Amino acid sequence: MIRRLLLSFAALAVSPFAAAQPIAIYGDTVWTGTSQGTITDGMVVIDNGRIVSVGPASGGAPSGATEVRAQWVTPGLISAFSRTGLSEVSGVDDANDSGAGSSPFSAALNAADGFNPEATAIAVTRLDGFTRLAVAPEAQSALFGGQGFLADTSGLPGSIFRERVFAFVVLGERGASISGGSRPAAWASLRGAFDDVRFFGARYMTHNEGNVLTRMDAQALMPAVKGDQLILFQASRASDLAAIMDFKEQNPSLRVAIVGADEGWMVAGRLAELDIPVIVDAFSNLPSSFSQLAATSENAMRLSQAGVTVAIVNLDNDSHLARLATQIAGNAVANGMDFDDAMRALTTAPAEIFGMTGLGILAPGARADVVAWDGDPLEVTSAPKAVYIDGDAQPMQSRQTKLRDRYRTLDESQRPMAFKR
Amino acid sequence: MQFGKLCLVAVAALALAACEAPGSRDDEDAGKSPAENPFPSTYKPYPSQTLLIANATVLDGAGARIENGSVLIEGGKIKAVGADVTAPDGAVTLDARGKWVTPGIIDNHSHLGAYPSPGVDAHGDGNEISGPVTAEVWVEHSVWPQDPGFTRALAGGITSLQILPGSANLFGGRGVTLKNVPARTVQAMKFPGAPYTLKMACGENPKRVYGYGRGTTPGGAPYSRMGNVAGYRDAWIKAADYKKQLDKAESGGGDPPKRDLELETLAGVLSGDILVHMHCYRADEMAQILDISNEFGYKVAAFHHAVESYKIADKLAEYGACSSMWADWWGFKMEAYDGIPENIPLVHNAGACAIVHSDSDVGIQRLNQEAAKAWADGKRIGIDVPIEVAWQWLSLNPAKSLGIEKETGSLEPGKMADVVIWSGNPFSSYAKAEKVFIDGAQMFDRNDPALQPVMDFELGHPGEGDRK
Repeated sequence: MIRRLLLSFAALAVSPFAAAQPIAIYGDTVWTGTSQGTITDGMVVIDNGRIVSVGPASGGAPSGATEVRAQWVTPGLISAFSRTGLSEVSGVDDANDSGAGSSPFSAALNAADGFNPEATAIAVTRLDGFTRLAVAPEAQSALFGGQGFLADTSGLPGSIFRERVFAFVVLGERGASISGGSRPAAWASLRGAFDDVRFFGARYMTHNEGNVLTRMDAQALMPAVKGDQLILFQASRASDLAAIMDFKEQNPSLRVAIVGADEGWMVAGRLAELDIPVIVDAFSNLPSSFSQLAATSENAMRLSQAGVTVAIVNLDNDSHLARLATQIAGNAVANGMDFDDAMRALTTAPAEIFGMTGLGILAPGARADVVAWDGDPLEVTSAPKAVYIDGDAQPMQSRQTKLRDRYRTLDESQRPMAFKR
Repeated sequence: MQFGKLCLVAVAALALAACEAPGSRDDEDAGKSPAENPFPSTYKPYPSQTLLIANATVLDGAGARIENGSVLIEGGKIKAVGADVTAPDGAVTLDARGKWVTPGIIDNHSHLGAYPSPGVDAHGDGNEISGPVTAEVWVEHSVWPQDPGFTRALAGGITSLQILPGSANLFGGRGVTLKNVPARTVQAMKFPGAPYTLKMACGENPKRVYGYGRGTTPGGAPYSRMGNVAGYRDAWIKAADYKKQLDKAESGGGDPPKRDLELETLAGVLSGDILVHMHCYRADEMAQILDISNEFGYKVAAFHHAVESYKIADKLAEYGACSSMWADWWGFKMEAYDGIPENIPLVHNAGACAIVHSDSDVGIQRLNQEAAKAWADGKRIGIDVPIEVAWQWLSLNPAKSLGIEKETGSLEPGKMADVVIWSGNPFSSYAKAEKVFIDGAQMFDRNDPALQPVMDFELGHPGEGDRK
């Protein structure tokens, strides 16, 4: 009870304009992400930032409720890996805080410091049904990219709801190159960094430099090394994934997830056994590098069938088009993945990986992140009609919709376009 | 040596001939001397059978939709399309109930082969960045036919594609149009008789690559967009002069000028034989390019990327330039900042020529879905384009931009039988290209591993022959 009250309070604190009255959202199809499964002719009632009930529409809406009708209703989608909000224009250095190639620091870089909730990509991502983001820094100065965080997509101040949720570490080809030129160099850096942390007291007693990490970086990496914080490794080749799993077995307390994992299907059984979740881009089916020779569009499906927790993301453009993860998940279904698994890859799986309690599901008591769609969310032709974050109806405008509306007609006979808003 | 001029005249004459007789280009490359056409197409259609694809939803690509329709393929050509086509004796009938049949997709912006997989430095052959004007290079000399990307594109229903040089240069070089058939040589992929194209680029790329010397050298011109424009005009002035000398020699007024690969290509544009495909994001820059084309008397076939075409769709319609667009890419660079998902339907709605392109070895695998996104986003703002009309963004319009619309791009009698059978409505995440025919020959079958090409590079690798 106390916990519930606290949670409600927290929800109110995050959302000062929480709806004063309940909202009943009807869906021809309601995908819950829970044991309730998919409800035909269902209804989700939200109130005070929380989901109050999930059930058949025949239950009827509470009196005074605002009623919303949609074809599909789903939990707010969760992007499991992106740089959304870290850059306004990726190619403009001054407007991009994703990575810091010239920084003396690495593991200590806190991506949250670079987040701008008003970045225009946030609204664009929200308009496609994503209400939560796991945001990772880019690893540019060392294989330790820094600290990732969780945010909502309301665009409001305070939309980061958890900082330093994971340590981002890049292995594989990129990790090799950034560590000096080889995989052995990357692993030497990784093991050296772990030693720096484990012998922190002695190593940094008299100076600021360890074998690999500065004092500040070692301090920042400490929770991950202790197993108190998730380590998100980026790697693609099966042998790299195997090396990560060896490392996990040697250090059983570590909490590990992997992003990329293009060849993950080759080691799927072991990933499942070690309970290591993966975040994949299910479009990857080309030998784009020598680390992706076995890439296949069935990767997500095979991993999922092997019992691995799978989240699906867009790694091709992760700052401005994280929203395309729905299309990618739909294609994973076309390539054999179970529809529910594909939906879970956008909801419950990321919630599980990052410990987002009460998100990614439609269940009484859960946070009221809800999306009302005009069709199957994994269809390229579908889009949200309404998006709720912690019970708040979100604005369905973005800089893109403003440009669109300005240029919907090109009549300049009376006044220039610049007067049209 | 008059061959520069001769070649141009020959191409023009043949283009005219092709307009009168669809599909008549097949042998025209063979009719030219090596001096006239140094890298002729050696493509020959693979054996095909007389095939009736029956009971399908047919989008003919020219704007019609036929329920329970049939497509008859004979001799590698489309023989008939309609609701009551019957199979001639000896024809194979394929019951395609529940399936959709469309013309093959044509991607007019690809770098497959020139930037192949794996994307290692040794394979980076798409940009001749040695200078801002490299009209002398031909991208076909960079195309590695073993790029596994070609097979992925085939599985996505791509039957023809234009390979372009990159956009580092003001003039990037000649593009090449290919049939998407696996081959030992690029010549065996070249679309017979397709006109050559010229890649040009606006905006940020040329001024960044040259002016700022990629951050390492003082660099050279252009440093700015005004430098870009001066660079185009300067080159066109030289080309116009070269063409004048060619024309003079042609009419018996003296010796032709010394051969110059760069100026031969540019003069070919001024003669109307080589089609300009121009990378350009911003509306204001496109408008300036139109003026430049009028100044020098050439035509822009298509603007590529064209993320701001929606701002000047009226002007593009009036001029008659196509826009080759992504469905939703935006924000990755300053000149892509104003990209919107409704760009394609807004351009279409203004009466301009809209094309869905990929510029990507990933995007090329599902251009049908890219079109579907744009189609649906248009519908939401009241631009309700029937699917059968929207399909022109994928086949007929790109064919027009490449000058091959008399041969392919729609399912009309006499045209090449470049055909895709889809598992369902191709404007869906769940639809798959099940069978792909190029000139009537089945080159891909999703359900038959024997009809799934595997490139040399993939042999002996862990992914060999796997489902892609």
